[in-house]
Amino acid sequence: MKEKFTICIFTENQVGLLHRLTTIFTRRHINIESLTTSEAELDGVHRFTISVECEEEQVEKLSKQLSKQVGTLEADYYREEETVWQEIALFKVSTNAFFNGTQLEEIIRSHRTRILEIEPNYVVLEQTGYKEDTQTLFEKLKPFGILEFVRSGRVSISKTNVPFKKEKETILKKEKH
Amino acid sequence: MLETQEKTLSTESTTRMNGAKAIMECLVHEGVELIYGYPGGAIMPVYDALYDYQDQVQHVLTRHEQGATHAAQGYARVTNKTGVVFATSGPGATNLVTGLADALIDSTPMVCITGQVFAKLLGTDAFQETDVISITMAVTKWNYQITKASEIPDVMAKAFYIANSGRPGPVIIDITKNAQLELLDFAYKKTTAIRSYNPIQKADENELTKAAELLNNAKKPYILFGQGVTLSGAETELKQLVEKSGIPAAWTILGLSAMETDHPLNVGMLGMHGNYAPNVLTNECDVLFAVGMRFDDRVTGKVDGYAPQAKVIHLDIDPSEINKIIEADVALVGDAKETLQRLLPLIEQNVHPEWLQQFKDLDQMEWDKVIEKEIQPKEGLITMGEVIHLINEETEGDHIIVTDVGQHQMVACRYAKFAKHRSNVTSGGLGTMGFALPAGLGAQMGAPDRCVIAVIGDGGFQMTIQELATIAQTKTPLKILILNNQFLGMVRQWQELFFDKRYSSVELENPDFQMISEGMGVPAILTKERASLKADIQKWLNHEGPCLLEVRVGKENNVFPMVPAGATVAEIRLD
Repeated sequence: MKEKFTICIFTENQVGLLHRLTTIFTRRHINIESLTTSEAELDGVHRFTISVECEEEQVEKLSKQLSKQVGTLEADYYREEETVWQEIALFKVSTNAFFNGTQLEEIIRSHRTRILEIEPNYVVLEQTGYKEDTQTLFEKLKPFGILEFVRSGRVSISKTNVPFKKEKETILKKEKH
Repeated sequence: MLETQEKTLSTESTTRMNGAKAIMECLVHEGVELIYGYPGGAIMPVYDALYDYQDQVQHVLTRHEQGATHAAQGYARVTNKTGVVFATSGPGATNLVTGLADALIDSTPMVCITGQVFAKLLGTDAFQETDVISITMAVTKWNYQITKASEIPDVMAKAFYIANSGRPGPVIIDITKNAQLELLDFAYKKTTAIRSYNPIQKADENELTKAAELLNNAKKPYILFGQGVTLSGAETELKQLVEKSGIPAAWTILGLSAMETDHPLNVGMLGMHGNYAPNVLTNECDVLFAVGMRFDDRVTGKVDGYAPQAKVIHLDIDPSEINKIIEADVALVGDAKETLQRLLPLIEQNVHPEWLQQFKDLDQMEWDKVIEKEIQPKEGLITMGEVIHLINEETEGDHIIVTDVGQHQMVACRYAKFAKHRSNVTSGGLGTMGFALPAGLGAQMGAPDRCVIAVIGDGGFQMTIQELATIAQTKTPLKILILNNQFLGMVRQWQELFFDKRYSSVELENPDFQMISEGMGVPAILTKERASLKADIQKWLNHEGPCLLEVRVGKENNVFPMVPAGATVAEIRLD
């Protein structure tokens, strides 16, 4: 049975490593639903958060093959209920839209949407939450005209364990390679 | 194998030199004596540096870069050393892909060094530029592009460490031309650890105890071994285990020669064209102990019907192999040699005469229905099996057999006898036609004192036939055997059995192999008649230099037994 999983990978910060990791998904014909990568708390270590929909057997094998790549420090996977996650969405709407009644203002208040920037021509809004949350806001803003929209991949933190804890301590001791 | 135990070899002071010379210095520090390669624009500085190292490092100019990779593989497989390849950018680099894929799936240590356009030209569609890093991502254990000369010593040390530690595999290092020309202060230190690479784990003590209990209490225990035994040098430990426990052992084609073929507990070959008893009894054993093998689909047949009754113990160095195909009841993740050494004291002395008798009974059936007429035919055209059988008689199993892919490969693996380890080289996982001729060259150069025989079909021979010239030029005394049935035999066999004899693009109108071979400088013998076969084999094997023997064999002979696609191993057919 297919399920949603979040894969968390810690790697060296090296050119091409993203490609090496994604080929493992390609080989097994697994589609990446979302992918976020940025520097982790350790110098030179990157953290990937990848969400996929597949069978557990597949994600388990995938994680092992991700783990064994030279440059991977750790790879784990989590079920939906084992993680807390968020996605961020940015919306660019026309400033004029705010001058036609209070409807837009009410939407922003009820969703606790942040206003990031106000310019004469446009306003940039930020919404953090699950995909459903940002999607609901998208639908509500749509009638007002959305000039541009972007949604990030998932960032997630596990409920069940502290990933990378052991490794972190030993890595800090080891010579950086 | 355990590179971490190696002493660090470092040069104390630094020397000023260019990147190309630094590459040669790295190779010398890694003990490289032999390189296969092909020069071109982007790697010319390295070839220029090589000129000064000719008395330390031999370079063999193959006739195609693919040939260089397979030669390096053949060399690596018989020596356990890392094979080294040079190629230029663009087409030189893309021609390495098949060899890299083959080396990855068959866990062969190899370091390929490719030239690349100047760093400032990267991504501009420069002459002979190709993104070799992206192209080879899926077929290498590791790859890296060097754009600055100062990176060379560290990256090269890492390349050699990664290629030949843990589960070995191919590495490609792409070096831009400016990095070959720039100066650096050279100092070399061998890599002994990388923080994001864990090549060898230690098998869990509890799992080891569980494995011993299962094996000691089993009524019908069964060992399957693969190349992991050879790669870790665990041949002695395997033999000790088999002899102490009295457990019959069968092999995958990459495991072949890790145990003498005439050992009474060596019960033969697994898989699609393996022996009858080892396949049938896979589904009767109560404990199945897999040592250094990965349950390839050609070994398991239908996975759902593979040894469902057995408790499975799986020993492999690669944790991602555990539960990949067959669920393991006991998982031993570790080096085969070290793990078997720890397991041995826990194993009780035992014998299993009734269980062994089951193998012998089925062996007799296979002998009567298949083997006898294959290796000792009385009439009809020459069979592939009888050629291999006669070679066994001549060499008494003291040979290295290198095979290509197809019917001849299955026949050679089934019937070749092996008295020594590291003596079987074949393209197992990838099934690369054209592998054997260059791999045979590499194997012979790696084992100059041994009788090395490359067994090749008439189809595969024409894929890398140009390496005959390399063999002639290097005067490598390889013995080349062409088993010519004028068909792509294995495909034809499948078309006969499963596609209603609709022979689609499998018949070959071959050139005159005798003329080609002679023309390229390799003497050739042609055998068409059974009457002259033995004498021709003797003449061929006794020839001092390289020699080719072409044997015309039955055109439409099939390889049996056979596990049909989609069938379980127990459903193996004898005809």
